[in-house]
Amino acid sequence: MKRFLGIFLTVALTASMLVGCGAKADEPANTDAAATEETTEATEETAEATEEAATEAKASLEGVKAGFIFLHDENSTYDLNFMNAAKAACEALGVEYLTKTNIPEGQECYEAACELADAGCNFIFADSFGHEDYMIEAAKEFPEIQFCHATGTKAHTEGLANFHNAFASIYEGRYLAGIAAGMKLNEMIEKGDIKEEEAVMGYIGAYTYAEVISGYTSFYLGAKSVCPSATMKVTFTGSWYDETAEKEGANKLIEDGCVLISQHADSMGAPTACETAGVPNVSYNGSTESACPNTFIVSSRIDWQPYFEYCLDAVANGTEIATDYTGSLETGSVALTELGKTAPAAGTQEAIDAAKADLIAGKIKVFDTATFTVEGKTLDSYMADVDTDANYEGDHEVVIDGEFVESGADFRSAPYFNINIDGIELLDTAF
Amino acid sequence: MNEKKREPLFHIVKREALSTKDALVLRAVAILLALVLCGIITMITTGISPIEVYKSIILGAFGSTRKTWVTLQSISILLIISLALTPAFKMRFWNIGGEGQVLIGGLASAACMITLSDKLPNAVVIILMIISSILAGAIWGVIPALFKAKWNTNETLSTLMMNYIATQLVAFYTIVWEVPKGSGKIGIINQDSNVGWLPQIFGSKYLLSIVVAVIVTLFMYVYLNYSRHGYEVSVVGESERTAKYVGIKVEKVIIRTMILSGSVCGLAGLLLVGGINHTITTTIAGGQGFTGVLVSWMAKFNPLSMILSSFLIVFMGRGASEISTNFGLNQSFSDILTGIILFFIIGCEFFITYKLKKNHSHTKVRKEEK
Repeated sequence: MKRFLGIFLTVALTASMLVGCGAKADEPANTDAAATEETTEATEETAEATEEAATEAKASLEGVKAGFIFLHDENSTYDLNFMNAAKAACEALGVEYLTKTNIPEGQECYEAACELADAGCNFIFADSFGHEDYMIEAAKEFPEIQFCHATGTKAHTEGLANFHNAFASIYEGRYLAGIAAGMKLNEMIEKGDIKEEEAVMGYIGAYTYAEVISGYTSFYLGAKSVCPSATMKVTFTGSWYDETAEKEGANKLIEDGCVLISQHADSMGAPTACETAGVPNVSYNGSTESACPNTFIVSSRIDWQPYFEYCLDAVANGTEIATDYTGSLETGSVALTELGKTAPAAGTQEAIDAAKADLIAGKIKVFDTATFTVEGKTLDSYMADVDTDANYEGDHEVVIDGEFVESGADFRSAPYFNINIDGIELLDTAF
Repeated sequence: MNEKKREPLFHIVKREALSTKDALVLRAVAILLALVLCGIITMITTGISPIEVYKSIILGAFGSTRKTWVTLQSISILLIISLALTPAFKMRFWNIGGEGQVLIGGLASAACMITLSDKLPNAVVIILMIISSILAGAIWGVIPALFKAKWNTNETLSTLMMNYIATQLVAFYTIVWEVPKGSGKIGIINQDSNVGWLPQIFGSKYLLSIVVAVIVTLFMYVYLNYSRHGYEVSVVGESERTAKYVGIKVEKVIIRTMILSGSVCGLAGLLLVGGINHTITTTIAGGQGFTGVLVSWMAKFNPLSMILSSFLIVFMGRGASEISTNFGLNQSFSDILTGIILFFIIGCEFFITYKLKKNHSHTKVRKEEK
């Protein structure tokens, strides 16, 4: 018995360690096997300090209670961005709210949404792509409650009056961040650090998913608009959050000769790898200035506060929430952080401001088909898979008047640009 | 005189078999102590009253009808997986491949749901799901058993490796079946047609897993305690030589038991995919293949005690995460509390088997010297 106890303890220890490691790869916050249960309910913050002031200004928002479902906790830059916006919006409007963190993309999301509904929330929001189907299930069960979901693709085909998708024209933010990257490349060329043809950028993506492809393509087009010789290499990690894989991806790209790195994944893996290697980095979701003071150029992000305020207001006044909401530069949904203090090239801020004004005025379009080619040819027609189906069949013509219309009002808010354009080399497409 | 070896203050002695009642008391004391320590740590680190904390734990698991159902459902799944592992461990076959066996069973169900939904009627799809997931789990369990029986390979390593193969297979098929393209997720399968969704019984979507868990518990209890197979399992577990001596075909018992173990894991996979989540992901088993090992050992392989130990783990898991967010703490805090409680529970098993005896030799020797 003693021997078996010994072996058992060893095995139990090994097993728990393996569970820990296994879980870490995909879901960093859910490390304990016993704690795979969803993190239940809920930071109840009534924002009492602001409440009094708010009730005077926005008396109509009484009776609104918001519930938020997050995939991870504040350790993920992606979720943190949502959490900050939720807090800011609810405090600004004096709305009571509950949050649930570390909710996996499974039945747990449905249970979490139902528990929030049980707790009296009449506006429920989930932040992760894989939450969508479970939010739809909950929306069917509670027709009187408004369910909103970021990055989803199904609201316009599902036909539920109380289920809504939201996204932002983040490709415009990526484009502006790309300009900052292009300015940096130009600076390196002028200084003689690299030759023109060595202006190779690296990009770490999560999956070969339209949202990622749209993101890196707009980033590349932004860079190319100021540095015509720029090219880009893209690698994928197969996870939205995998610090090790993102770090390794960045290191691999740097070894392959990339002189500037950007990423679309949610951990600090790539920015810290860049800081260590001294390679400039354009970030996403928020500023990484504090951790990477020498290499941080700028970061684009979606500011969800305008959307949350719009929704809460709609719930309070009984007005309809748009089935597909696409925030933009004008609504304040697409934002750039402040520039880094040391890394950006001179004149970057001016270049960004000018391009931003042109984007808002409609003078330049990010996906102007005159600015890129696909296999050497201009793109003059593309059927995008707007109405999601299992066979990925294209169903809508999205090239209109010489522009690829991304997140168009007639289509859906989530991106559907998934074309490989010339100048971008995909290193692996396994995911 | 000074060269005398210093003796430790205590030494460890094996106990006479402790009565069931005393053992129960000891366990209760351990849990109580764990809760007290958790309370103290919570107070020191956060300043939150322990009473509030304990109230949150209970409300987290049973705060509403829905929460109670979800708690019961989670207990059922963990219980089924633990029960599945039990015959193997009782035979001293280190099946730490429960995770993979559950996953592969789930993958088989998902495959039926995705590929057959528009070809066969719902009832046929469900029957095929049941057969294929149980079969897949059994195959995943029997492969390491065959190697063990034929070539005496180390089953701890082989069952563990089978987990990784299952995870990678699921990852591969996620890419094959992902919707929309490139997104890396399958989403709810047949969300509109509900083909392959296991039926709700008595109008409750939670009840099916609970009923299955009850049936499996009863079956396993009878199988282990009152069947010839169960007897052979315990003989092989006690001593392979004895088993051989009394004419038990050890290889056959190993293979047969692992088929059973794997099939029940496959059944758990079926429930997770067909009954609860209606999707497949690499993390759908959520480490329960490993937690189940703990549940099974804590209950000393008694299926009825396993209800209690799986309840405890699920209750603490749900309760602990409730506290961490109720009071605005990080998820890691609940992990710490669960860790403390498990430490006490496992520690108390030591004190049930052994006891500390104070060393009197110290004082005696000194007296003699005088």
